[in-house]
Amino acid sequence: MKKIVIIDYGVGNVFSVYNAIKYLGYSNVKITYDEKDIFSSDAIILPGVGAFDEAMKNITKRKLDKILHENVLINKKPILGVCVGMQILSEGSDENGWHKGLGWIPGKVKKLELTQNLAVPHVGWNNLEIANKSNLYLNQSNSNPHFYFDHSYYFETEDKYVSSYCDYGIKICASVQNDNIYGVQFHPEKSQNNGLKLFRSFLNSVK
Amino acid sequence: MLKKRVIATLIIKNNIVVQSINFNKYLPIGKPRIAVDFLDQWGVDEIIYLDIDATRHGYEPNFELIKNLAKKCFLPLTIGGGIKNIDQIKKLMKYGADKISLNSILLSDIEFVKKTSSIFGSQCIVASVDVIKVGGNYQVFDYLNSKSNKVSIVDFVRQLEDNGIGEILINSIDRDGTYKGFDMELINIIDPISNVPVIICGGAKTPKDFQEVFENSNISGAAAGNYFHFYEHSVTLTKSFLNRKLPIRFETNFDYHESDLSNDFRILKKEDIFLENMLFHKIENENI
Repeated sequence: MKKIVIIDYGVGNVFSVYNAIKYLGYSNVKITYDEKDIFSSDAIILPGVGAFDEAMKNITKRKLDKILHENVLINKKPILGVCVGMQILSEGSDENGWHKGLGWIPGKVKKLELTQNLAVPHVGWNNLEIANKSNLYLNQSNSNPHFYFDHSYYFETEDKYVSSYCDYGIKICASVQNDNIYGVQFHPEKSQNNGLKLFRSFLNSVK
Repeated sequence: MLKKRVIATLIIKNNIVVQSINFNKYLPIGKPRIAVDFLDQWGVDEIIYLDIDATRHGYEPNFELIKNLAKKCFLPLTIGGGIKNIDQIKKLMKYGADKISLNSILLSDIEFVKKTSSIFGSQCIVASVDVIKVGGNYQVFDYLNSKSNKVSIVDFVRQLEDNGIGEILINSIDRDGTYKGFDMELINIIDPISNVPVIICGGAKTPKDFQEVFENSNISGAAAGNYFHFYEHSVTLTKSFLNRKLPIRFETNFDYHESDLSNDFRILKKEDIFLENMLFHKIENENI
């Protein structure tokens, strides 16, 4: 049975992710920040709701940056970052001043600055334009599936790392991938069947 | 593109969902967990849970109840009622809330918005503002003292935005539970001045009410309580109706194109022969 860990770093909506994974029938799921648990896992989910610097502060406080580094970059364990969990995969963010991220995917997190009469945060259901073949979207029944977004900052990165975009006046990067490192700006745990399917795809890709 | 949101509100009193009429009359509906379960399956876009007892009686949010109902809630859940400090918010977020709705604390300590949004991000903080019309002016209503606090809604929206609010939920007291449709006059005052997403609530009775809001304003979400609880097929019917002209998340094949509707959007019974044929029509479960 695959062991899945959901990283608890204080500000995430960990139970929402946990409930979704449990619903899919996986029994070996743990919400944790314990080193042993993370090293013995097969896949890692990095959830997130909150401000970037608060998230990074908590990650370093719990020494998760070093533990995750070894698991993800050296042991090549698959990891899925959600929302802020995706943003901290970047080099850093402008939210409340410049703060450094984990730096695993080149690019920076910037504030959404929209010219038209569009409200920020970008809140609600938006559909995706799948850009690069990613195993995250293999089982969607719609080619432009809807997901739930709720964010004021977005990840700006090279096209080759972007697995999907969404349109909100500008083209926003909706998900990223760099080898075994996956990130989604939207909330699959809150995107009904499409979200559950995305978790299923991610976990199916775990050997 | 971003879709318009059809949102369900759950008004909670004594830990059960109630029907609310003008903020002063309440009738029981049922258990929150069952309501969430149904609304999730019906494909509503978001759920807003508002405990109207907690602050009045000095209770904390009912964490166990919320943790329990979030278990099968795979859509965005906003929790409000009784929230006074950061630790409560941390706990609620951990248990499955996606957004936090603040109401009475905004009237006494508006800076609380700044404090919370710097920790949780402004996208997570929703202001739930009760609005009443007094002598032709829309004012903020203080529900603990059951009276207007004399602040104009326009000023209050500006203050909320200055403090970094992420979203504003406007509850029209005059329309609450009346089925008279959303208050378009109120919408037309708030829509042009707001820079954050706004949700309007109070008075919905038919899909047309939602259409009127979305076609005539930039309001991103419209919410209803009683209408979704009491009218059969109300969520799907509303979304399929809106989907004909407006950007809506509609991902079911059941679009009512073969149904006849009465003037007030109730579904009329089909011919017997049609129903008989349906017996042999198999719909496969979606495989996740």
